[in-house]
Amino acid sequence: MPTQHIVQSFDDELRRLATLIVQMGGLAEQQLASAVEAVVRRDSDLATEVVQNDAKLDTMRTQIDDLAIELLARRQPLANDLRTVVSALRISSEIERIGDYAKNVAKRSIALNQAPLVKPVHAIPRMAALVQALIKDTLDAYITADAAKADAVWARDEEVDELYTSLFRELLTYMMEDPRSITACTHLLFIAKNIERIGDHATNIAELIHYTVKGEMKKEERPKGDDTAYAVVTAPGGRQ
Amino acid sequence: MNVQVADTALETEGEKLRTKVSIKKLAFYYGETRALKDIDLPLYDRKVTAFIGPSGCGKSTLLRVLNRIYEMYPNQRAEGRVMLDGVNILDPKQDVNLLRAKIGMVFQKPTPFPMSIYENIAFGIRLYERLSKDEMDQRVEDALQRAALWKEVKDKLHTSGLGLSGGQQQRLCIARTIAVRPDVILLDEPCSALDPISTAKIEELIDELKSDYTIVIVTHNMQQAARTSDYTAFMYLGELVEFGETRTIFTHPAKQQTQDYITGRFG
Repeated sequence: MPTQHIVQSFDDELRRLATLIVQMGGLAEQQLASAVEAVVRRDSDLATEVVQNDAKLDTMRTQIDDLAIELLARRQPLANDLRTVVSALRISSEIERIGDYAKNVAKRSIALNQAPLVKPVHAIPRMAALVQALIKDTLDAYITADAAKADAVWARDEEVDELYTSLFRELLTYMMEDPRSITACTHLLFIAKNIERIGDHATNIAELIHYTVKGEMKKEERPKGDDTAYAVVTAPGGRQ
Repeated sequence: MNVQVADTALETEGEKLRTKVSIKKLAFYYGETRALKDIDLPLYDRKVTAFIGPSGCGKSTLLRVLNRIYEMYPNQRAEGRVMLDGVNILDPKQDVNLLRAKIGMVFQKPTPFPMSIYENIAFGIRLYERLSKDEMDQRVEDALQRAALWKEVKDKLHTSGLGLSGGQQQRLCIARTIAVRPDVILLDEPCSALDPISTAKIEELIDELKSDYTIVIVTHNMQQAARTSDYTAFMYLGELVEFGETRTIFTHPAKQQTQDYITGRFG
């Protein structure tokens, strides 16, 4: 974060804002990791812990927003400082959404544990690892004010989309083959969708970092690999 | 550190801008000391332009060149051109009194004349025009109305201007300036001696006046520049560092120096 104002307490406040963002982001990343672990290990206790921990993220969001609003009121930041504070307000809400999705993954894992194990579960940790790396790199880009790194994260989300698309098709095929798996597969589908959405929020944060550093919003469209909105999967043997 | 500035017809949201005053290659000297160097800057018609920069950067000097008030002091001279509607006002043949009617100035500290409120305004008008008493009454009222002071003083026009509050005195000075129907109004730190309410009234007034006048405001208050102006010029060490739309200067200025200054990082 750029610092060195004549008024040092202004620097301290901006640093505190950045620290809170990184802490909150780190917690959200951890929430995702734990939620996915709960899915893989069929661990309902861990899932419950994730659900409860979400309140911490909400509290941190409030802290960040309060500090940002106070900075706006008392410091009347301009130029890059203004962008930093406005972005902090938006980043905190993006991270909060990430937390909400992680919580939803955890909740679904509890439901999933009531049903027999289905095979496509294996793709979930792979997708989650990719998204976790996106979050981590986004936070690194944030703390180092590295627009190039943020841009790289932004472009990498396409991989997540692609993985989601293939999982979507796999799950649909699976359900057609064995209708008894529909409950489990539907939960898995939502879990995968949640993780994919987390990736989108990470890219939103990457865009905000780009804006904070460069002073301009990214103009290009993000490359997208999620075409499930148009997907039609035909049942084996041609029956639907 | 030469800044390229579009001379005319810069378009903002489809609105065509006209350059009212065009400052060209302007340099200014206090004796041997060069206080302004190579200033190229447009002042757009019926827009508010703010000059910002640290003390000693030349912003007040630049303002003083615009109505040649520096000529009242020895050993001060300007080089280059300042074109007002295409006429170089630095030309020695330019009538300075006429110029100062066209380009009026309001100072940091309110400077009412030690006369009645009415006379404060009528005095300037009489220098340029001969009016009947009715016409003069009308002009004085108009000026006070436009300066948003009429309601507060209409029942005491013949009491001393010095009896008004600081904010009222400053609006009286603005009324005095607009009474002679200038094209351009120069405001040199017009609110630095005023409380927030009086400041807000002056800022509201600036907003209203810009539909008829080209306004320049010198201010040390960054937020005031951001609030009141359409264009901002950042000056440093006698040079123009950056000029652009205010919304751009205060959200993402092009130059590091500008950013450091407006964010309070100037070491």
